[in-house]
Amino acid sequence: METEKKNKSLTIEGSKYLTHYTKKFKNRNQWVNPDERIIKAVLPGSIYKLSVKEGQKIKKGNTLFVYEAMKMRNHYIAPISGVIKKINVKEGQVFKKGEVLLEFE
Amino acid sequence: MSLKRKTRELIKRREKVISGGGEKAIKKQVAMGKLTARDRIRSLLDKDSFHEYDLFVEHEARDFDMEKKVLHGDGVIIGTGTIYGAPVCIYAQDFTVAGGSLGLMHARKITKIMDHALKMRVPLIGINDSGGARIQEGVNSLAGYGEIFFRNTLSSGVIPQLSVILGPCAGGAVYSPALTDFVFVVENISKMFITGPSVIKTVLGEEISMEDLGGARVHSEITGNAHFYSLTEHECFEQIKKLITFIPWNNTQKAKAFPPKKPKSEFKIDDIVPSDPKQPYDVRDVIRAIVDDSDFFEIQELFAANIVIGFGRLDGDTVGFVANQPKVLAGVLDCDSSDKAARFVRYCDAFNIPIVVFEDMPGYLPGVDQEHAGVIRHGAKVLYAFSEANVPKITVILRKAYGGGYIAMNSRHLRADFVFAWPSAEIAVMGPEGAANIIFRKEISGAEDPEEMRKLKVKEYKEKFANPYVAAAKGYIDSVIDPEETRNMLVHAIKVSANKIDNRPAKKHGIPPF
Repeated sequence: METEKKNKSLTIEGSKYLTHYTKKFKNRNQWVNPDERIIKAVLPGSIYKLSVKEGQKIKKGNTLFVYEAMKMRNHYIAPISGVIKKINVKEGQVFKKGEVLLEFE
Repeated sequence: MSLKRKTRELIKRREKVISGGGEKAIKKQVAMGKLTARDRIRSLLDKDSFHEYDLFVEHEARDFDMEKKVLHGDGVIIGTGTIYGAPVCIYAQDFTVAGGSLGLMHARKITKIMDHALKMRVPLIGINDSGGARIQEGVNSLAGYGEIFFRNTLSSGVIPQLSVILGPCAGGAVYSPALTDFVFVVENISKMFITGPSVIKTVLGEEISMEDLGGARVHSEITGNAHFYSLTEHECFEQIKKLITFIPWNNTQKAKAFPPKKPKSEFKIDDIVPSDPKQPYDVRDVIRAIVDDSDFFEIQELFAANIVIGFGRLDGDTVGFVANQPKVLAGVLDCDSSDKAARFVRYCDAFNIPIVVFEDMPGYLPGVDQEHAGVIRHGAKVLYAFSEANVPKITVILRKAYGGGYIAMNSRHLRADFVFAWPSAEIAVMGPEGAANIIFRKEISGAEDPEEMRKLKVKEYKEKFANPYVAAAKGYIDSVIDPEETRNMLVHAIKVSANKIDNRPAKKHGIPPF
């Protein structure tokens, strides 16, 4: 039990309780609203082929790029229609999980 | 050859096999801070009680030059012995022999002793210290693991199964411990994971040490895979021995009764729980103030510490305790604490151990992470486990019993046999603040001073509902008791429930929200 000596507070249904936090509670993932315009890597991998350019108008469902991850080659499909604002990767480039690969306007 | 000469030959043969992987390998094992497999068994079991079988088993592998290799005992020791006189079956993987790797004969030795444990209805202890499957033996090693998992499942709920992780336990090998009742780990020695740090680094680019990935602390505190954490192997063996005293040999028996002892006088039940329901305290002190000799044997102390589980004795008899812990996360139920409590309740139920619940909880932990992690399906396990259990079940409500938590924590409605409440108990559909905000929303928002009105209404609600008497008037609580009476009430309740019969509809098995 990784607890601190000083009490923390936790509010449940409007009532504030004095207590301690666990390490797991402190390290929990904070929820962020997903932004469809920002394409992040869900797995680490590499770019096999880029199919779009910056400034290009893209329709939802088109391939943005082909990437390799977990020994598989996959197409990344545009989740929305829009204009490509920025491409952060080149063909052959290795990327990490969570890295921003591409942004829509 | 005379019998004497033949016996001498036997002794010579024995000595050779007992040397395991040889002096060099043993030195290496000791340098890692580990005992050898034989020393481990000797340290754990009663003196001179261990008897070994299958000493002369040899592997039959013929590929990859394996026919030239001699592996003493095929890297595992099996046998029977006693712990405080209780018979146990035991196996210990010998890391000095081919890294304790599991081949066909190695697995056959383990399954032999598992079969014996099940047939004889005695506890099984497995000491794991193995590099994993013996790759040279191919699918035969996989078959071996499968046979072990199957027997773990057959034995589950019939005999106690204890897994002791005293070395690496990686890949498929982890699933045998995961199927057993209690897993013991030791700091710096135990390592458990499905995929190791090197694979994770190559495939995912994530760098992590073995200790941070699957060390003893991680499994005790974060994953909940382990139940008992210790700093040395000897401490670990003491924990195992103590556990054995609290549990029965099998599911047709009761745990051995000990001579009754009074709790120690330094634990004064009146002084532990603050009357303000928002103030924390350590619920383990309440348990210690009640159990024999104030000896509470906690399980999964580090994991989901917002709920406390463990064994203690009341008037000599083993009891399983489940208690909300206001000191940690206000004692809420969340995914982890639900899993922890539900599994323990099922353990107690399977092995005829009465359950006592100490309740003081404000509700469920709010948060996106909790909802998305499936707090609904995890929380349901608690309802399932308490409803399903038909051992004697007693609840003592110390302070807060709000909403869904009130129902889940072994309420009358889930067929608790006795429900007691302290005068400080608050049994209500939700906390006074939340309830007043909803019920008196119009009055509060329409008031000249809404904040003042809110306070007034909260106070009104508290006075009317935040007590044990509303529930007692409906018979949901059997008795409102003086905290001082708690031990006597519990001892009595367990004594009069000794012959409890509460049969459930016949079925193959239920579908619990796993």
